[in-house]
Amino acid sequence: MSDVAARPAPNLLANGWVKAGLILAGIVAAALIGARLDSSGTLYKIFIDPFDQMAAAPDLLVQTIWEGLVTGVLYALIALGFVLIFKASGVFNFAQGIMVVFSALTLVGLYEMGVPAFLAVILTLGVMFLLAVTIERVVLRPLVNQPDIILFMATFGITYFLIGLGESVFGGNPKQMIAEQLYLPKGAIDLKILGGLVTLQKIDIAAAIIASVMIAALAAFFQYTRIGRALRAVADSHKAALSVGISLNQIWVIVWFTAGIVALITGIMWGARSDVSFALEIVALKALPVLILGGFTSIPGAIIGGLIIGIGEKMGEFYWGPLIGGGIESWLAYFIALGFLLFRPQGLFGDKIIERI
Amino acid sequence: MSTATLDLPTVTTPTTDNILSLNNIEVIYDHVILVLKGVSLHVPRKGIVAILGANGAGKTTTLKAISNLLKAERGEVTKGSIVFEGERVDRMSPNELVRRGCIQVMEGRHCFGHLSIEENLLTGAFTRRDGNAAIKRDLEKMYELFPRLKQRRNSQAGYTSGGEQQMCAVGRALMSKPKMILLDEPSMGLAPQIVEEIFEIVRRLNAEEDVSFLVAEQNTNMALRYATYGYIMETGRIVMDGEASMLRENEDVKEFYLGVSEGDKKSFREVKSYKRRKRWLS
Repeated sequence: MSDVAARPAPNLLANGWVKAGLILAGIVAAALIGARLDSSGTLYKIFIDPFDQMAAAPDLLVQTIWEGLVTGVLYALIALGFVLIFKASGVFNFAQGIMVVFSALTLVGLYEMGVPAFLAVILTLGVMFLLAVTIERVVLRPLVNQPDIILFMATFGITYFLIGLGESVFGGNPKQMIAEQLYLPKGAIDLKILGGLVTLQKIDIAAAIIASVMIAALAAFFQYTRIGRALRAVADSHKAALSVGISLNQIWVIVWFTAGIVALITGIMWGARSDVSFALEIVALKALPVLILGGFTSIPGAIIGGLIIGIGEKMGEFYWGPLIGGGIESWLAYFIALGFLLFRPQGLFGDKIIERI
Repeated sequence: MSTATLDLPTVTTPTTDNILSLNNIEVIYDHVILVLKGVSLHVPRKGIVAILGANGAGKTTTLKAISNLLKAERGEVTKGSIVFEGERVDRMSPNELVRRGCIQVMEGRHCFGHLSIEENLLTGAFTRRDGNAAIKRDLEKMYELFPRLKQRRNSQAGYTSGGEQQMCAVGRALMSKPKMILLDEPSMGLAPQIVEEIFEIVRRLNAEEDVSFLVAEQNTNMALRYATYGYIMETGRIVMDGEASMLRENEDVKEFYLGVSEGDKKSFREVKSYKRRKRWLS
């Protein structure tokens, strides 16, 4: 009996999740009580009213979530490119965003020069491969074993080089994505659910499907192929990978090329929803909060982080935005990321560090 | 070499049947730090050769110079030559060297922690081009050699014990079908029984598969029991070499590395180590 009593209670507070949950529950409880107490004030508008709206018009809620989901998928794709390169070469590739723009521009530019659409896709893939080889030769190989920050700065250089190259070759004007020529669907489907109409753009449905297929294909590639296994080995330990004869140079080319393919697909999808211009690069920066949320080293993290940011943003904009005059969408993601940095800096799915005791 | 091996019977005859020869190599880290100051050594085909010495003597650097993992640590072979199977290899990448049949098992094991044991073994076959069937066969052979790995084939390597990781690292190297393994400090942090088990496997591979070994060890006693020939290093130089049986009996080795000394030297003056060292280094 006595030694049971002597054992200290497990310290639940040591667990970050429990702590965060308690704080969150406290805030919610306080807010709800406060909101009930003054039913016409600001607190009511923040904590009660939006949920009333959601319950009153569920079709609008579904529409908002759907739109968030699609944006989220595209964020996830950009973040995926970052994660691939970060895992395999330990480089935080600032140029991932511009690779999206550059690949889309190349595709459209080639088409405008009279190349048939699908041939243009293949040629663009060729350009992305050439880019991967060039980056490996010119940037990564000479800078290997330099501090991380130097490689990071080098990717800044790549970014501005690609902007300049893209502008001088294809011009700086926004272009139309060749969605029709690539047989991407147009128009919308109206669904009757929950007593209202929900409009789904066909291009969004296509984007969601293509993204899922690509992610599944990448996962299978990593899990079951010889190169995939080598990629994971490199992500685990560069030195050990070298010692068993894995050629880092080859792996880097493969991984940058893979990131290039992901960039091209993202570029096509995003370009089809708006247009192709360098403004896309700003959108690409949204991948940063996605990565903080999901963890820099986790592919599932990139996907789920993308979805959370996408949906959170749209919901915030639609239901809470009007309270402060809108415009939440552009910064809410960074705000969510800040919260995560405080409580779970390795992200939702960041690599667990295996340590033997 | 000028390192006079004094009155010891020197058997360093570099015959033609050496699988590996280092000729007077010098290694510099970061362009300034001279670590190896002219090291020559030879590994006969199907031999087990040990490099012995204290921390910082240059054992690991010697192995890394051969496998060319030095480059990843900003080190460089600036003088001398390394010949493997009759071919200069000192400018070759580790990838090419593994392909030619020379692979290193690094100190501290370095398994891929997030990969399963089986995946770890399979990464060892990265450079092979002889098809999946042959690789599968060799995988089974590894499990026969290390039954423990078979039990843990699906566990993440990071969660296995130190001994299992060392076996995994050796097995991973074997999957590349090497002619020669550079084994760095296999005894580090392992229980004596496990160390024995690993050296037994080294002996078995040497006898059955004709794999040559160059082993760097601090555990002089153990290494000299299994090796046929030994080199002793101190501060980047080889100070003594000879047949393992001869080194085991050598007074100086006993005193410095085996911790046994004959007779009782009570006063500090009687310890002649300082003089001996000086002679070796001259």
